[in-house]
Amino acid sequence: MYVSPVREPLISGEKSYSKVTEDIYAPMTGKPGKLWFGGLTLALIALGFGLFSIFITVWDGIGTWGLDRTIGWGWGITNFVWWVGIGHAGTFISAILLLFRQKWRTSINRSAEAMTIFAVMCAGLFPLIHMGRLPLGFFIFPYPNTRDVWVNFNSPLLWDVFAISTYLTVSVLFWYMGLIPDIGTIRDRLVPGIKKKVYSFLSFGWTGSARHWARHESMSLILAGLAAPLVLSVHTIVSFDFATSVIPGWHTTIFPPYFVSGAVFSGFAMVLTLMIITRKAINLEDYITKAHLESMNKIIIATGSIVGIAYITELFIAWYSGVVYEQYAFVNRAFGPYWWAYWIMMTCNVITPQLFWFKKIRRSFAATFVISIFVNIGMWFERFVIIVTSLHRDFLPSSWSMYSPTWVEVGIYIGTFGLFFTLFFLFIRFFPVIAIAEVKSVLKTSTEKFIKKGK
Amino acid sequence: MKEYWRSLEDLLPAEEAPQEKKSSVVLSEGADSSSNSRRDFLKYFGFSIASAAVLAGCERPVKKAIPYLIQPEEVKPGTANYYASTFYDGAEMVPILVKVRDGRPIKIEGNDLCQMTGGSASARVQASLLNLYDESRPAQPTLDGNPIRWEDVDAKLLETLSTWDAEKEFVILTPSIISPSTKQLIHDFKTKYPFVVHETFDAYSYSALKEACHKGFGSAVIPSFRFDKAKMVVGFNVDFLGTWLQPTAFGRQYASARKLTEGQREMMRHVQFEPIMSLTGSNADERIPMSASDEGYYLSSLYMAVAQRSGMMVAAVKGPDAIDKVADELVALRGQSLVVSGTNDVSIQSLVLEINHLLQNFGKTINVDKPINLYQGCDKKFDALLSRMESSAVGAVMFWETNPLYHAPLNGRTKEAIKKVPLRIGVQSQQTETALVCSYQLPAPHFLEKWDDMELVDGVYTITQPAIRPLFKTRAPQENLMAWAGFEGSYYDYIKLYWKDQIYNADIAKGKQFETFWKISLRDGIVVDKNKKGASLTYSNINISSSTNNYNSPNSSNDLELVLYQTVPVGDGTLANNPWLQELPEPVSRVCWDNYVSVSPAFAALRGWSQGDVVDVNGLEMPVLVQPGQARNTLAIAVGYGRSNAGRVASDLGKNVYPFVELKNGHRSYSLPKVEVVATGGTYELAATQSHHSMEGRELVRETTIAEFLANPASGNETHAKVEKLHTSLYHEHEYKGHHWGMSIDLNSCIGCNACVVACSAENNVPVVGRNEVRRSHEMHWLRLDRYYAGDTDNPGVVRQPVMCQHCDNAPCENVCPVAATNHSSEGINQMAYNRCIGTRYCNNNCPYKVRRFNWYDYTGADTIPNNRVDPAGMTLDLKRMVLNPDVTVRAKGVIEKCSMCIQRIQDKKLTAKKDGRQLADGEIKTACQQTCPADAITFGDMNDPQSKISKLLKDARQYGLLEELHTLPSVVYLSKVRNKDKNKTLS
Repeated sequence: MYVSPVREPLISGEKSYSKVTEDIYAPMTGKPGKLWFGGLTLALIALGFGLFSIFITVWDGIGTWGLDRTIGWGWGITNFVWWVGIGHAGTFISAILLLFRQKWRTSINRSAEAMTIFAVMCAGLFPLIHMGRLPLGFFIFPYPNTRDVWVNFNSPLLWDVFAISTYLTVSVLFWYMGLIPDIGTIRDRLVPGIKKKVYSFLSFGWTGSARHWARHESMSLILAGLAAPLVLSVHTIVSFDFATSVIPGWHTTIFPPYFVSGAVFSGFAMVLTLMIITRKAINLEDYITKAHLESMNKIIIATGSIVGIAYITELFIAWYSGVVYEQYAFVNRAFGPYWWAYWIMMTCNVITPQLFWFKKIRRSFAATFVISIFVNIGMWFERFVIIVTSLHRDFLPSSWSMYSPTWVEVGIYIGTFGLFFTLFFLFIRFFPVIAIAEVKSVLKTSTEKFIKKGK
Repeated sequence: MKEYWRSLEDLLPAEEAPQEKKSSVVLSEGADSSSNSRRDFLKYFGFSIASAAVLAGCERPVKKAIPYLIQPEEVKPGTANYYASTFYDGAEMVPILVKVRDGRPIKIEGNDLCQMTGGSASARVQASLLNLYDESRPAQPTLDGNPIRWEDVDAKLLETLSTWDAEKEFVILTPSIISPSTKQLIHDFKTKYPFVVHETFDAYSYSALKEACHKGFGSAVIPSFRFDKAKMVVGFNVDFLGTWLQPTAFGRQYASARKLTEGQREMMRHVQFEPIMSLTGSNADERIPMSASDEGYYLSSLYMAVAQRSGMMVAAVKGPDAIDKVADELVALRGQSLVVSGTNDVSIQSLVLEINHLLQNFGKTINVDKPINLYQGCDKKFDALLSRMESSAVGAVMFWETNPLYHAPLNGRTKEAIKKVPLRIGVQSQQTETALVCSYQLPAPHFLEKWDDMELVDGVYTITQPAIRPLFKTRAPQENLMAWAGFEGSYYDYIKLYWKDQIYNADIAKGKQFETFWKISLRDGIVVDKNKKGASLTYSNINISSSTNNYNSPNSSNDLELVLYQTVPVGDGTLANNPWLQELPEPVSRVCWDNYVSVSPAFAALRGWSQGDVVDVNGLEMPVLVQPGQARNTLAIAVGYGRSNAGRVASDLGKNVYPFVELKNGHRSYSLPKVEVVATGGTYELAATQSHHSMEGRELVRETTIAEFLANPASGNETHAKVEKLHTSLYHEHEYKGHHWGMSIDLNSCIGCNACVVACSAENNVPVVGRNEVRRSHEMHWLRLDRYYAGDTDNPGVVRQPVMCQHCDNAPCENVCPVAATNHSSEGINQMAYNRCIGTRYCNNNCPYKVRRFNWYDYTGADTIPNNRVDPAGMTLDLKRMVLNPDVTVRAKGVIEKCSMCIQRIQDKKLTAKKDGRQLADGEIKTACQQTCPADAITFGDMNDPQSKISKLLKDARQYGLLEELHTLPSVVYLSKVRNKDKNKTLS
């Protein structure tokens, strides 16, 4: 039989179906290791610190942050956009790649989706706590009231509310939809007890019947269809927060595509960072292989290049526009007091991903890990550069000022890492990190046996 | 019992009722989803939303207001009363109206019946209101630190006075008394007790000017200066727009002489020679840095040059180039010019008088027949007093609102002298350093709590009347004298009697009985007796040959000089314990809450210093501020700071440099010819409200010269026409069927005095945030005066621009607020619904003018959370909160606020007009900033009314909108600045 020399097997190690289940189920059984406990403790400490910082913010006021009369948004919104961006990989992988029938996604979609949800949860925190009057945050919902006040549908912040909440809802649904067969599998492996009861509840009575599968598949497809445009819309709308304003450096029509590709770029980087650790930590090397790495790195290089082109386009348009404010904003980015942030962004986002043109590098776990961290840093700085350097020197030089975060802002950021990792640690303990059912569909056991026999 | 059925299902037996179809698929054994209906969902959803709303709207504790038992006749709840009164702090005197709501004075405004000020008031006048509610004010009389009753004070002092050793003096040391009644009372007191001696001590000395006038006119007077009658003003080291003599009046005169309107196409020219960049210098058409020690040289050169051009036989002296050119201009404008100097030195002031004499300015721009009665103090007399104290000739001294220990320590001599006086009585309305050495500390009322009268210029009388009952156990110093002299009645009776006997006459009465005349006087606050003339004085030449000889060459030494000056906010430091003044940025440096050593950029570069480096100046460690335009070898430090006993706010703010003030030729000298300065290596962060000083080539303040303006009124403002041509929009513009409010700010009139900023803070309950918060750029002022430098750092051009909310008709802030908390009114005002604001700060980010202010902390005490206030100035104390304007919401933490164009004033006048059944008249509504502006730079009105002043200004060729190219369509417009100089020719 002819075997394609190009396509590597998506799962290595000659797995049988039951082996797959066992491998993936393994981290959920037995006592969790020291690493898990240690990690969870660290995450909880970070989360606690974050909660304390949020408490300080709400109690004392936003004055505890480094913002001022000129710079109304700083780390808070930077982190918001950054986390939303990270939350793009999961749904991109599971929805868009599903629609494009990219089978390799099966090994990573589950954890990427979980990451998406956790990242969006972290992101969603910031618009709430950056409000001066958090307890009145519900004003932002268009609920009927006797005072006849209504929200302002012209405001991109309101669109954000809808975009983010829709995205979170659909992502959760999609993720849970995929989990149902696996929860069923886990339920079947459990001895009767509370745990089994919980999993049976969560499995929604999954039996694995053909009818269930049929419904599952079609539902997955429908949700993928719904989620795919959301992937594009969420960051488009986030970019509107800036693009619809008048501030030089924000008021740019290029923002939607630039933000979306930036988001996918950072999301993939974050997935890589985490998966490279996770596959080692819970022995999933056979499921997340160099082939996966390479495919993802290809997307990174594509989106990274789009981002790079966007940066250069911005510079060109600033020059071409002939508007002094616009031109100053970009000169100030590159050579102003925050030049270092701009050059960190440029280096990490534009230069480092280009290394993936080398096959050796894009197939190397170590190199990918390092570059993925660079990309994460770079994408954080991209948001910082857009938000802070545009605001700190806008139209009237009399109001120009400088910004640096306080410990409270840093604390909240650390807190979101705490939240993210707390959820992630709980996730790897209680749910299969890899979609068992889906990954089995790419397992070509019979073909491989056949090929072997032939030899 | 009859059973009522509600529906068919109820009526039918249970089995027959149509059942909900059981789902054919059981989803799972555990999950019974059928119990959760849509109705339940809506129920829970509604409940959770409702409970969230209830929790968020938790009730605040209710504070009860107790109504009057007997309603005072003139007090209507919710309606303000205005009482005419007079502000006088020992320096400037300004007739005012006090706005009183429900028994509380809440705002001071200028009295528009006063011709001199025309209803304007300075920043300090505006802010003086807050000193009334100062919790640090002395609250009750004390003797040696122990509280004592007023009766006991009287008994003890009566006994002292009746058993007085007539050999010894009983000195009453007052600031300049301009009250005719008080003068009479002191006179009466002296008649009763012949050993009483009245001495005058001014916090800031102008005694050299008086002595020079004494030499020239034979009478130690301070003449009336008329900047409005001058076509050319040359100032030497004088800040007449900020602090010198009568800045409010001078600011008004200055602006009126420089206004360019349809009718007035001529503009006074102003040249300034000065060592530091003063507010006045920053307004000059041309400004030449000059070290303080060269002033004599410059002035004597000018004298020589003018004399030469006046045909006098004087030796030709080659003076500085600029002086020659100035002399040419001055001589051409004989009788229409004015030369002034602010230096407290007799030879300098004599030179100035001689120059003005040569220029025939007396009787025109300088009037001595109507001298102003301020600043009667004489340093030589004070010196003599100290000598008498040292020789133990003084048995008692009463410090009547004077603080010589702070204002003139004279190397500790004052303190030693005072300590030799056995009985020391301090009578003051605020804490003072001098009070600390007094055994009797007798609290005096704030000027809003007491009766008084004033006579600024002979024949111009004003009344100070109380607007509130005394808050503390205070008694006016005049009442003290009356009690100790055993006079009957109150000081009010005394004033009234004095007015009846001395002021009331047939001319002034205009046929009215005294009681009617008195009531009219009280209502108006100002009475002018045109027939009362001062002594007619003639000028005889002062011998200045020694001065011209001494000053025949520039100072050749390289010594560092120190100039001590007053800042616009704090002045001499008397009112220093005032959060509004401390938070007010100094108009030139834009630093608040501190004083500092300003140095020239060249000197800073030489020493390698930058702003915030701490240096040691003759033993005083202070931070450096690099001040463009300062003379190269000059250091400058503001007086009025470093109060050691002033109260909670001012104590230990900055450093006290009064100890540097020494007597020179008998007068307090505010400059030191030589100081040592070294860097200490430390740094200190100054609280500056502006850190970038260049316009970066942007057309924010548009400027032209008079010649170009006369050729083309739109010169310098060409961009406006270009922008107007491109004015188009895809969207419908707002329609304004009724009023459409607009404001115009004439940048050519604005002198940058910052009175508007304090007026705005007082009117609109703007929070005070303190030094640390200003450092973090958290200041809350709704109105700010941007100041930009242009050109050479050694002598830059300075422009200013008051910026408040521009009330854009196409406002970027309105689009982006998710909850529509900021929106557009049908009258064109960009309004804030504070209740609705959730504090996303998006509006602030998107505001190109950065005029929106966010309540970063609980500055006002309006937050629901207790114990989280950030209130370094005590503004949330119940006492200080009495100053709040009840018509303006006090904003809580987390809310954006900004200029509302004084919407409460608009509404008030609209309602008044409506009740009267008439149209609102143009100019009836005045915003707080407009009302107080000495320069009349601000015009507010209805742009829909074609006859209104604002509509006419909108057609002015100088009119433009700030950042108009953004198409924000601001309702605030600016009129470009015009400088009276030739573009190609400059003096220096």
